[in-house]
Amino acid sequence: MNKVLHKEQLGEEVFRMRIEAPLIAEERSPGQFVIVQIDTDFGERIPLTIADADPEEGSITIIFQTVGSTTHRLAAIEVGECIENLLGPLGQPTYIENFGKVICVGGGIGVAPMHPIAQGLKKAGNEVKIIMGARNKDLMIMEEDMAKIADELILCTDDGSYGRKALVTEPLKELCETWKPDMVVAIGPPIMMKFCAETTRPYGVYTVVSLNTIMIDGTGMCGGCRVSVGGETKFVCVDGPEFDGHLVDFDNMMLRLGTYKTREAEDHHECHLEMAIQELED
Amino acid sequence: MSHPSKEQLQKEAAEVLSALDITALKPKQRIAIPVQEMPTQDPGVRITNMEEVAIGYSKDQVIAESLRCLQCKNAPCIKGCPVSIDIPGFILKAAEGDFQGSIDIIKESSLLPAICGRVCPQEAQCQLYCTVGKSLKDVEKSVSIGRIERYVADLERESGTIKMPEIAPSTGKKVAIVGSGPAGITVAADVRKAGHDVTIFEAFHKPGGVMVYGIPEFRLPKSIVAKEIDNLKQMGVKVETNFLIGRTRKLMDLMVKDGFDAIFVGSGAGLPKFMKIEGENLIGVFSANEYLTRSNLMKAYDPKNASTPIYNSKTVAVLGGGNVAMDAARTAQRLGAEKVYVVYRRTEKEMPARVEEVGHAKEEGIDFLLLHNPKRIIGDDKGRVTGLELLRYELGEPDDSGRRRPIAIEGSESILDVDTVIVSIGNDSNPLIKQTTESLVTNKWGNIIVDEDCKTSIPGVFAGGDIVLGAATVILAMGQGRTAAESINKMLAEK
Repeated sequence: MNKVLHKEQLGEEVFRMRIEAPLIAEERSPGQFVIVQIDTDFGERIPLTIADADPEEGSITIIFQTVGSTTHRLAAIEVGECIENLLGPLGQPTYIENFGKVICVGGGIGVAPMHPIAQGLKKAGNEVKIIMGARNKDLMIMEEDMAKIADELILCTDDGSYGRKALVTEPLKELCETWKPDMVVAIGPPIMMKFCAETTRPYGVYTVVSLNTIMIDGTGMCGGCRVSVGGETKFVCVDGPEFDGHLVDFDNMMLRLGTYKTREAEDHHECHLEMAIQELED
Repeated sequence: MSHPSKEQLQKEAAEVLSALDITALKPKQRIAIPVQEMPTQDPGVRITNMEEVAIGYSKDQVIAESLRCLQCKNAPCIKGCPVSIDIPGFILKAAEGDFQGSIDIIKESSLLPAICGRVCPQEAQCQLYCTVGKSLKDVEKSVSIGRIERYVADLERESGTIKMPEIAPSTGKKVAIVGSGPAGITVAADVRKAGHDVTIFEAFHKPGGVMVYGIPEFRLPKSIVAKEIDNLKQMGVKVETNFLIGRTRKLMDLMVKDGFDAIFVGSGAGLPKFMKIEGENLIGVFSANEYLTRSNLMKAYDPKNASTPIYNSKTVAVLGGGNVAMDAARTAQRLGAEKVYVVYRRTEKEMPARVEEVGHAKEEGIDFLLLHNPKRIIGDDKGRVTGLELLRYELGEPDDSGRRRPIAIEGSESILDVDTVIVSIGNDSNPLIKQTTESLVTNKWGNIIVDEDCKTSIPGVFAGGDIVLGAATVILAMGQGRTAAESINKMLAEK
């Protein structure tokens, strides 16, 4: 049982939560994730990246978007209440050293897992430029946190409601031309990571992506998270979550993410119905 | 063939008993008693539910079956038992109707009789050596040792008067157990009895290991596993779930930071193997581990209550011939598949699954495609499985395992229309503990190397079960658990 210490809504469907988890806070490194399960008997297990940790307080921070039934229920947990099951830290930590010039690209909710990585890279002596993208202003999260780290912060929205009206790949391409980075880290929706990798490929810039696939145990036991990397099957939970973006078969990964989409669509619909009913009752 | 009911089998057993003077039976009369068939749910009914298939003997049946035992002086059956249960001893008590006496004898050697009675491959262990079976030239006619074991264990559990073992006075020494499967549970009980403070660390949210995530409800009711865990807790064993050794805490930190005096690693067979054929990452291809975990641990068979989804399949091919393959095939059918195939490259004789499971699968209408092996998995433009290309095989000379080597017949390709493929060809060992524990020696497959006392290369660290043996059985894991517990108790007594 892990107590929720703090909760805030960052955007329409985005929440930040600080959870009591002293052992995870002590052991975790940037790039790692946790598995959350709300109800021991019937809940599902979902992976969420650790956005931050405070070993002194014994807490970790997660940032999540309400997309499925579990994230909706998670968002409904109040401060002082407990999450029944929390496992972590899982996955291989990010490999951090002084690479020189690094671009961090965070899309949507992907800015959350990017935060500790950008922080680590900066601390290791890298020059860090950060590109953040979102569909609109309301979905842009953690701008202040990222501004503290970035040597240059570039904001883009799809609809131009904030920052540049552009996809993140535009400034990425420009920087590849003019700034010549030594490495790129891209975290966000699969389609964004795919096109970031395509953008950097002609420049030969090593590009790390962090994958978030379907998982059950998160420890290597089920193989549901498998992806094809350079023609080899890898498990995101134990071999990843970070891989060389130029080698990941994103098309297959995106198809696999849709394995249960019929059920998920039904659940999402039901969640919103329930929330609407709840609001009416309140 | 009509399906005999429990009442009918009970009536037949009663008739057998009434015709015998059971106080003066000659060996020939004992051998002449018919093998008592295990009552089961009707196949047509049971494929629509998740409840246990085998219902269990009645009192008359268990006595009739026990009377078949010849009480051989040399007890060859005991040699076939990985934990050396006094088999003739417990069967004699059962034949006399002293069921408490019977279970007491079993529990001197085995911790989980209700579970082992259900899932042990008896025909390859104790029952393989049974004199009755040998004299009738059919291992299936051996005394049904496992069914008798199950009866006496169930009776005790259902009576609610399980005798708790005595716990020695506290030694103040701490033992960590990694994993709550059959090996871990066994070590926990034996080490706790010696008065040590025991904590089990389990990565999942529920303890029980493979008995909870892998073996389905219809073969091993989860309430039985929960009861065993509950007994451990009553003995004072602590269970920490959501705790992954190697990540939440490094193995050696348990000693260095947390003051544990000994560690047992029973983390199980972790990483599902795939065939490495084309199409294996298509939608609709699952490891048996994933498929079974969704259904068993996550309860996806109950979509009204469970949040975890499971793939909606109509035609399923399960690749492999072990118990896990049978479990996956029978689960798929219960979840509503119209046609389920088991694809195995050798013949039924070489199948590693328990004879009873293969029999149950056949009764339930599972189709066995023997001497076939997949060549590639075919998908549509949406990346979903539509078929499986198979090659026919024939058996050649015996290989290292003594089984005849399957050889592909060139040009024998055919396509099987399926929408789901479940890969059940075993597991590699999970690399996590090895990766995060320097100086822990493993073999080239990643299995932890131990000596005959289950000691690893690190002093104070012991290991057993599938992480040492590769994929094995519940009872072999328990057997190693007993050995490891003895070594741990010995080491701590000397410390």
